[in-house]
Amino acid sequence: MAKAVRILVAKPGLDGHDRGAKYIARALKDAGYEVIYTGIRQTPESIVVTAIQEDVDFVGLSLLSGAHNELFPKVVELLREKDASDIIVFGGGVIPTEDIPFLKEKGIEAVFTQGTPIKEITDFIEKRLEK
Amino acid sequence: MSEYKTINEKKADWEESTLKKVLDRFPEQQEEFVTGSGHPVERLYLPSGISEEEYIEKIGFPGEYPYTRGVQPTMYRGRFWTMRQYAGFGTAEESNQRYKYLLEQGQTGLSIAFDLPTQIGYDSDDSMSEGEVGKVGVAIDSLKDMEILFEGIPLDKVSTSMTINAPAAVLLAMYIAVAEKQGVTRDKLRGTIQNDILKEYIARGTYIFPPAPSMRLINNIFEFCSKEVPKWNTISISGYHIREAGSTAVQEIAFTIADGIEYVRNAIGVGLDVDSFAGRLSFFFNAHNDLLEEVAKYRAARRIWARVMKEKFNAKKEKSMMMRFHTQTGGSTLTAQQPDNNIVRVTIQTLAAVLGGTQSLHTNSRDEALALPSQESVMIALRTQQIVANESGVTSTIDPLAGSYYIEALTDRIASEAWDYIEKIETMGGMVKAIEKGYVQKEIQDSAYRYQRDVEDGNRIVVGVNKFTVEEEPPKGLLKVDPSLRTVQVEKLARVKGERDNVAVTASLKALKKGAETEDENLMPLILDAVKKYATLGEISGILREVFGEFQESIVL
Amino acid sequence: MDLVDKVQSGSIRGIARTISLIENNSPQKEDIIDELYPHTGNAMVWGITGPPGAGKSTLVDCLVKRERKQGRRVAVIAIDPSSPYSGGAILGDRVRMQKHSTDEGVYIRSMASRGHLGGLSVATGDAVKILDAAGYETIIIETIGVGQTEVEIIELCDIVLLVLVPGMGDEIQAMKAGVMEVGDIFVINKKDRDGADRLKTEVEYVLGIKNALTGEKPNPVLLASSKLDEGIDELVEAIHDYLKKAQATGRFEEKRRVRIEKEVHKIFSSKVHELLNIHLDIENNLGEWISSILNGETAPYKLIKSKLNRFVKENEII
Repeated sequence: MAKAVRILVAKPGLDGHDRGAKYIARALKDAGYEVIYTGIRQTPESIVVTAIQEDVDFVGLSLLSGAHNELFPKVVELLREKDASDIIVFGGGVIPTEDIPFLKEKGIEAVFTQGTPIKEITDFIEKRLEK
Repeated sequence: MSEYKTINEKKADWEESTLKKVLDRFPEQQEEFVTGSGHPVERLYLPSGISEEEYIEKIGFPGEYPYTRGVQPTMYRGRFWTMRQYAGFGTAEESNQRYKYLLEQGQTGLSIAFDLPTQIGYDSDDSMSEGEVGKVGVAIDSLKDMEILFEGIPLDKVSTSMTINAPAAVLLAMYIAVAEKQGVTRDKLRGTIQNDILKEYIARGTYIFPPAPSMRLINNIFEFCSKEVPKWNTISISGYHIREAGSTAVQEIAFTIADGIEYVRNAIGVGLDVDSFAGRLSFFFNAHNDLLEEVAKYRAARRIWARVMKEKFNAKKEKSMMMRFHTQTGGSTLTAQQPDNNIVRVTIQTLAAVLGGTQSLHTNSRDEALALPSQESVMIALRTQQIVANESGVTSTIDPLAGSYYIEALTDRIASEAWDYIEKIETMGGMVKAIEKGYVQKEIQDSAYRYQRDVEDGNRIVVGVNKFTVEEEPPKGLLKVDPSLRTVQVEKLARVKGERDNVAVTASLKALKKGAETEDENLMPLILDAVKKYATLGEISGILREVFGEFQESIVL
Repeated sequence: MDLVDKVQSGSIRGIARTISLIENNSPQKEDIIDELYPHTGNAMVWGITGPPGAGKSTLVDCLVKRERKQGRRVAVIAIDPSSPYSGGAILGDRVRMQKHSTDEGVYIRSMASRGHLGGLSVATGDAVKILDAAGYETIIIETIGVGQTEVEIIELCDIVLLVLVPGMGDEIQAMKAGVMEVGDIFVINKKDRDGADRLKTEVEYVLGIKNALTGEKPNPVLLASSKLDEGIDELVEAIHDYLKKAQATGRFEEKRRVRIEKEVHKIFSSKVHELLNIHLDIENNLGEWISSILNGETAPYKLIKSKLNRFVKENEII
């Protein structure tokens, strides 16, 4: 059996709109991945510790409040500090297109805005695993 | 002499002679047609043969039980609904400017959006607030911010709706304190606090305390306002967020009414007389794109609530049985793709709310799937309401779709399915129990998952998203909140803390703590005292967190 | 070996990586476990089991808090089922323990039930060894108490808490299913609910029958509310009390002996299985064997016996 791919789906910040995060979690499970879901209001610190303890391959961040430019890069930064920059970070939610280049520059490898089909996300995951 | 045939017999003839020929040559576009919520829709609806007696029992007259046709006898012939755009962002100063602009544009009520730290009871300088200050609404730390927010707005002239739940008591206290500084007495204040904690556990997520102390705070507000702020709507029982989380139309009204039942039962349980507070309960629903399903939904909701209040709680006053509600067009129906299409969606949704008899309405701006709405977009959204009110003609008669075979059938069906849910929740021991079991959350998530799968599989078309797509330039000129705003807000907070009488603050917080530790003391006067001393929202919430503890969500996937 | 050092030095990344190797049944795992083995045997392993919705995760959260107060380092392994269709899983137990996430003395790991070639209980047992060697003093395993695999996991523990709640309708089911056998301490959680006292009486009655037969002292049955954090101090006291007594009476040693015995058995049969699989090239030959049985050329026992006999002869084993 192939190695199980583990993904942390996390909601940083304070917004409680978890419809998207829960949909992604469930769809990724249906796609055969092991998904760790930790609920709303997670700080970047706790997301990073969780990612490391759970030895995940990916961290998917979901945020709808507009705090993505502050909180997404913070997660990448903390992963680097903890010598875990091999964990791949992607994000989604209400993210204006004009913010995406900034987020990518900060190490968020992919940004999926609302309405992205799940296939695009699983394609990203599979492609990234091949590397 | 031609033989007499019933409508159903005639229908069978029609199917055989006329319909079949066409269907054989031109099959319909889909095998099964469904509503926006996924319920089957028949090809053709026929007169239901309702008797006059049944009409009076189920449909009746506007302003009379069971209020299916509306809560006022003249509806929009008397007065249009309140056009109330939800707004607020950044600092109190910026939001104050936006409110004044909206009032100048002909808006008739204010609707305050608070930022997430405020909604969850954290001050701007709390580490939890990082990145969130001023983002989705205005940041309020102390009475000082509230004074700035309403500067130059006479609080005896406007009605103000505040989207605040877990710390609703604190924000209401601040509002009363600001009014008193303006020389406006409590009895003149008109407005609404959302104050609906149950849907926070179910769908929206900005809870602080566990259910029991949260329900107590709500009862405290009911009791305080019934004596002190009689024109205030003490709660806005909200289906909006339940629908946004992905529920169906039936689930939206069923779970909202089940929440309402829980609030009423609780208040009666602590000794309040049902007619002393029930008239101040208001509701808040979503408006989606399936216009006819939505209209039927509002009509069904009014009918059910009237029956619940009359039969279950023995309400005597008419006002206690009337479901008055605010509507907001559905945020989740907006698309980031081809954002101008959203103007059309919002127009349909506006018609749904108006044809459904709403008391007030917020129309979303076309760019809300992308960012905070720009001033120009907010204006178009408001104009949409004004066009429907003044130009469309749908306001000239009451409940204009009544008597449509489809609408009446749909109203009956939605009402009956919602009843089934309500009864199921009652047998589980009420809404708090159903939430703790994760039942309601699971029902909503399953609907949301089905819907999203349908969109992804192309079974459901969303224009511009999975059909009729175009290559687009990224939108420009979106409104952004200045990231340095937190620093400004933190500095302001530090100044307030430096200037206030800290001994008095400590004393008031101590008194609040003592009050919270008792079972039954009404906390409103204690909170009012603390906010007047400029105790911060974070300090007050912090004290209550110590006594009450925090809610832990139960995740069901 | 690098990972072994990392585990022993308590590196979270090292521990997490090593557990993944176990979960993925990596070839390196056997050497790693053997190297760590001499450093194990210090941790106390607690098993928490009970039906879904019994409040196990919240209870674990309360127990972690108490153990931390005593200054002990704590690790939690939370096991959730995988989807039988996709093989994927949603692991959500740690939600209730997230406030410990930034406490360096706490390590939490979620495991999905499938995807373990050597068996879930073997993987869990190895994960326990890794955490033990990394210096965690209390290791808590949380799992739904149904099925053979679950019982095997529970057998890895020095003490087992069976969590029940009133009003779920399955309490009597649990007793019938023999889960009662595995519990050392019984926790009636959500004691604020109606029927908690009645359930306690029922459990005590069933245990009374069991103990009358075996002549053992009755197991403790405690009321608690993990949500309200009530009855937890008493529970922790009962746990430590039980462990102390078990050590004094030799029951503890006996349990560990049985555990090693079972482990050796398991490793032995899986190794023999693996070995024969390779030598008999079952993957390629199985089709042919089935056909010969279907054709009536041979019968199942006869076939296997002849294959094994040939294997023994060819390798001059006897």
